[in-house]
Amino acid sequence: MGLPAIPIVNDPGLDEAVKDLTPEKISNVVNRIIDSETAARFKVYMKTCVHCGLCSDACHWFLSNDRDPRFSPVGKVKQTLWEIIKRKDSLDPAFLKECSRIAHTECNVCRRCSMYCPFGIDIAYLLMVVRRICSELEMVPQFLQDTVNSHSVTMNQMWVKQDEWIDTLQWQEEEAKGEIKTARIPLDKEGADVFYSVIAPEPKILAQLIGNIAQIMAVAKVDWTMPSFDGWDNSNMAMFSGDFETMGRVERYHHEAAQKLKARRIVMGECGHAFRGAAYDGPRWLGWRQPPIPLIHAVDFYHELITTGRIKIARKFKTPVTVQEPCNIVRGRGLGQKLREIIAATCEDFTPPDPDFEHNYCCGAGGGVINCGPPWKTSRVKGNRVKAEQLADTKAQIIITPCHNCHSGIEDIISGYKLGMHVKFFSEILMEVMEIPDEMRA
Amino acid sequence: MYEFVSGPLVWIAFIVFVSGMVYQFVIMLRSAKKDKVIYPYMSLKYSLRSLFHWIIPFASRNMRDRYEVTIVTFLFHICLILVPILLIAHIAMFSFAWGLKWMALSQGSATYMTIIVILACLFFFIRRLMLPEVQFVTYPSDYLLLAIAAAPFITGLAANQQWFDYQTTVIIHMITGSIMLMVIPFTRLSHMLFFPFTRAYMGSEFGAVRNARDW
Repeated sequence: MGLPAIPIVNDPGLDEAVKDLTPEKISNVVNRIIDSETAARFKVYMKTCVHCGLCSDACHWFLSNDRDPRFSPVGKVKQTLWEIIKRKDSLDPAFLKECSRIAHTECNVCRRCSMYCPFGIDIAYLLMVVRRICSELEMVPQFLQDTVNSHSVTMNQMWVKQDEWIDTLQWQEEEAKGEIKTARIPLDKEGADVFYSVIAPEPKILAQLIGNIAQIMAVAKVDWTMPSFDGWDNSNMAMFSGDFETMGRVERYHHEAAQKLKARRIVMGECGHAFRGAAYDGPRWLGWRQPPIPLIHAVDFYHELITTGRIKIARKFKTPVTVQEPCNIVRGRGLGQKLREIIAATCEDFTPPDPDFEHNYCCGAGGGVINCGPPWKTSRVKGNRVKAEQLADTKAQIIITPCHNCHSGIEDIISGYKLGMHVKFFSEILMEVMEIPDEMRA
Repeated sequence: MYEFVSGPLVWIAFIVFVSGMVYQFVIMLRSAKKDKVIYPYMSLKYSLRSLFHWIIPFASRNMRDRYEVTIVTFLFHICLILVPILLIAHIAMFSFAWGLKWMALSQGSATYMTIIVILACLFFFIRRLMLPEVQFVTYPSDYLLLAIAAAPFITGLAANQQWFDYQTTVIIHMITGSIMLMVIPFTRLSHMLFFPFTRAYMGSEFGAVRNARDW
């Protein structure tokens, strides 16, 4: 068909692991996963797909790579699962590297395609089965596997030690107190209304976000706490590598930390995948129909603070803004409308992206793809040209992105396509516009 | 030969079709129990909401974006299902055997609808051949299934119009019709059975769990 060659990327996580694989090892894992870990969904999806290709237009990878059929959702399933099923017992190790490349680095499991399949086949789930097989064969991109190892050892994604965690919180409390006298970060407080959890990159590289939330909580007079112990990190890369055992442990720690502190509810920081893990993939793996303690995303929380008047807006944000609607909270939790409402309440000049709401394009970073690290960055940015075009069309200067993956992914797209825009979390907007009573000011 | 195909073969085809569908249905229900997430999240309200948006033409975004496929697909499926059931010649066979009768299509509309099915098959064939994203995921079996679906309509039309020897055409028509019925439960044509369930499950997930729309 004359398709361009896909650049070969060297990734030690795959290139070293592949040397230990044999067709027997592969066939053992494939048979175990297919026979004992999948059931009706997998089997019916495989039988029902009529190879119509109608899911293609859903995928930003397909659209951005000039409609290259290898990047369409069903094209990815064909190159991985259909081959796996067809040649179960004679799969060569090199093929597994292809599977990992496709499933881990060229699919964001954003689930947009299941809205385009006439049968509602959950194609992202099928790609997750491929990831599971790859993970069980230790075929996971190195950077992604490193975060999983960190989860497994430290219960957080970035090798943050407990003393560093507490130290960072105290430092940020000091910073917040410098602005607002009453700002505190209450550690291990029992029975608080809000148990606030963040992803590990916050203490590691974006600590000011914790200081921001301390100020917001103080102004809104929220009764809140954070744990000093493991379970504070709500992120979960094991969910995306295919290491579901570790994924389950991480989610259990998070929920149990809140239970230990007898919190009334969990409020999660601005991160999409973390919310998906805590609300959705985690409970399912653990056999919980619903999370044991009510769980809401920051967008929901800010909506509550603003609509109930606990946070008042002093002046609206003037610079033109648009929004990156994170898949895992908009398509994954229907928070699109609330997100619009808090933007309308705080920003003067908002232009929606097109398409939007459930039909928004993924940032290209989610689903663990950005965590596959620098080796895969070029293909990731190339694979989301449609996002760059969509953002440029809004002519906004600031893109509000209430998700960490989106935040980093959109920044890469902005620099890759020279859009000259900037990315902000919603809390950063809120910090600029909320009314701080004079008596609170330091 | 005519006696065999119009009698036992049709019987066999119906038995294989019905029992095959029941078998696939039971297998699906049993493996749905093993797939722990299905029953707890199934919701009638959201299943119906999703089905509603996907059986009404243009009610979903992709149906509007790919309007040509939507038009052809809807016409194809409506005609494909109605013509065999409401064809006067088919009803006459049942009426002759069992004395059963039901409403029939006029011969003229049945002919037009048959032509629609055949043209739709041609459209699907060309689409498969020409569109890279469809061609890439096409197996030879996809063409075969298309041929199996088209054959009873082509031969039916030929018999009705008496283009060739009538007796021979009717025999071929009955054989191709029986083949189609028999392969439905065991091939991708089983989407006839599975479609409402895959849709219902995705509708439930989107509605009840994710609080979002799936169309």
